[in-house]
Amino acid sequence: MAEKTLHAVYDDDDKLLDAVKKIKAAKYEIEEVYTPFPVHGLEKAMGLSDTRIAITSFIYGCIGFCFSIWMMNYIMILDWPQNIGGKPSFSYLENMPAFVPIMFELTVFFAAHLMVITFYLRSKLWPFKKAENPIPETTDDKFLIEIKFDGSEKELKKLINKTDVLEVKVHINKKSSHE
Amino acid sequence: MYKLTKNIKILSFSLMILGLVGLAYGFYTAPHSIEESKAIVASYSHGDHGSDHDLDSGHKDDSHNSDNAIASDHSEEYNKLDHQSDEHSVSHDEHVYHQLSNRPWSALYVAALFFFLISLGTLAFYAIQRASQAGWSPILFRVMEGITGYLLPGSIIILIFLILSTMHLNHLFIWMDPEVVNHDEIIKAKSGYLDSQFFIGRAIFYILGWNLYRFFSRKFSIAQDQSNDVSNHKKNFKISAGFLAFFIVTESMMSWDWIMSVDPHWFSTLFGWYVFASMFVSGITMIAMITIYLKSQGYLSGANHNHLHDLAKYMFGVSIFWAYLWFSQFMLIWYANIPEEVTYFITRMEDYALPFWGMLVTNLIFPFLLLMNSDYKRINWFIVTAGVVILMGHYIDFYNMIMPSTVGDQWYIGIPEIGGIMFFGGLFIYVVFNTLSKVPLEPSGDPLFKESEKFVY
Repeated sequence: MAEKTLHAVYDDDDKLLDAVKKIKAAKYEIEEVYTPFPVHGLEKAMGLSDTRIAITSFIYGCIGFCFSIWMMNYIMILDWPQNIGGKPSFSYLENMPAFVPIMFELTVFFAAHLMVITFYLRSKLWPFKKAENPIPETTDDKFLIEIKFDGSEKELKKLINKTDVLEVKVHINKKSSHE
Repeated sequence: MYKLTKNIKILSFSLMILGLVGLAYGFYTAPHSIEESKAIVASYSHGDHGSDHDLDSGHKDDSHNSDNAIASDHSEEYNKLDHQSDEHSVSHDEHVYHQLSNRPWSALYVAALFFFLISLGTLAFYAIQRASQAGWSPILFRVMEGITGYLLPGSIIILIFLILSTMHLNHLFIWMDPEVVNHDEIIKAKSGYLDSQFFIGRAIFYILGWNLYRFFSRKFSIAQDQSNDVSNHKKNFKISAGFLAFFIVTESMMSWDWIMSVDPHWFSTLFGWYVFASMFVSGITMIAMITIYLKSQGYLSGANHNHLHDLAKYMFGVSIFWAYLWFSQFMLIWYANIPEEVTYFITRMEDYALPFWGMLVTNLIFPFLLLMNSDYKRINWFIVTAGVVILMGHYIDFYNMIMPSTVGDQWYIGIPEIGGIMFFGGLFIYVVFNTLSKVPLEPSGDPLFKESEKFVY
């Protein structure tokens, strides 16, 4: 684990983006960036790999689609066939057009909800979780870059001060940290 | 500056010539009397009917007489249903004769309509870009203007066709026949709107409006290149917004007039939207494909995969929109099951099973799965593959709108249909690329041009 942590605070997303690019160009490892809202292009500037959440969403959508077919078949054909508008109530296929809205809704429902839950799990977010952001202002109007490093902070501070920074702080990490 | 190449010229002219031959063959082989029509039908059922004709619905046996009569909107049959079967058979032969002689006309009409509507859909897309001051698309304006170059020739062809129809050269629009109207209470009630002169007057009104917008918008667009203020751009914005309001009303009425009225008993309240979705997605697909072609020839270097990504998103989204409207129209009619409404779908499901269900695969499922992934929307051959299938699917869509009412179960995608596609396709290619070669491909004077060049998705 790195010895020290540097926190650089910005008050504008463009300034932040610019700083991230400069820090990356100087080959420093950015641990995390805290922003009050999603900053467009930040993930590219930080060099994060692409999200795989779209793939999970597709899989969940397929599950929802299959579930809706099974569910409507069970409800309307197997368990309790009903005569609605004189439509044949003993055949799934001949009743299918009536089920399409349900198939659509459940596909969207599964894809959306399970994707959000997956996102929470993957980001280690759950109820009553203690906030990780070093300063509470990052939920208001400030942007914060967190850099972990070893050795002297002189070089890094010089680099950060060249950017349009509001405030720079260096913390010495406790050795006994549970991390 | 794009230069019209020899290859394009050769391609378009050979397509046009082959298409003309195909259409002429269609008109030549169409029956000119009831006897000829009977001979043709007989040759179908005795000849190669046994071999695999995938596109052939196989409903050509005479045992389907009564079904056909019920499904068709031709009122002569409608009223004679309870007559003796001999008489019925005679009227059936006459009916089949009308259908067979309608076929080359319908083949010509569907293809003419399809390519004209691609151009009109592109014009609507272009006007939306202008009116919304979109920053990403100005680099593609000249491509769009190239496609809308076909608007004038295309609309003149349609207008001539409609005038010929009112002169009874064909029987696509049965409400134009006073004999039919006299025996048909439903059409009689609509005769105030479905009147030949009013019909042509409306057609001229729509066509004039669309072409005027296209003319002035193109003029301002070219003038903007040379000017050092944004007055032309502002004028274009204003007329585009006005055009969109005009368009959404006239487009809807156009779809009732030119497409829905071939089936004068039937109506659908969202038909205008449905036709719009079809022409819109075809137009956007055509923009993407022509952009890719021009890029492959070394032109339009400013347009990159970011712009194609946006076009592919529209292709994906509007394909779903089309399916949504298709289904909305289908499900309500299916559920309510009102006889005069439901015949529309019964004809299509029974006699047109393959194109009717097949178009759901080509127009929804295929582009949906192919273009779902964000990365695939940037890959040229994915866009082109999806585009070719979408265009084929939407030709089939228009085919399904016109043919069941005009040729009934006597349909086949054969020489006249393919000839029609080739002729209008060739004309379309020639006019579009000729228009593209007239002015610089990049509207460098547009105030949003820089933004478009730098656009990154």
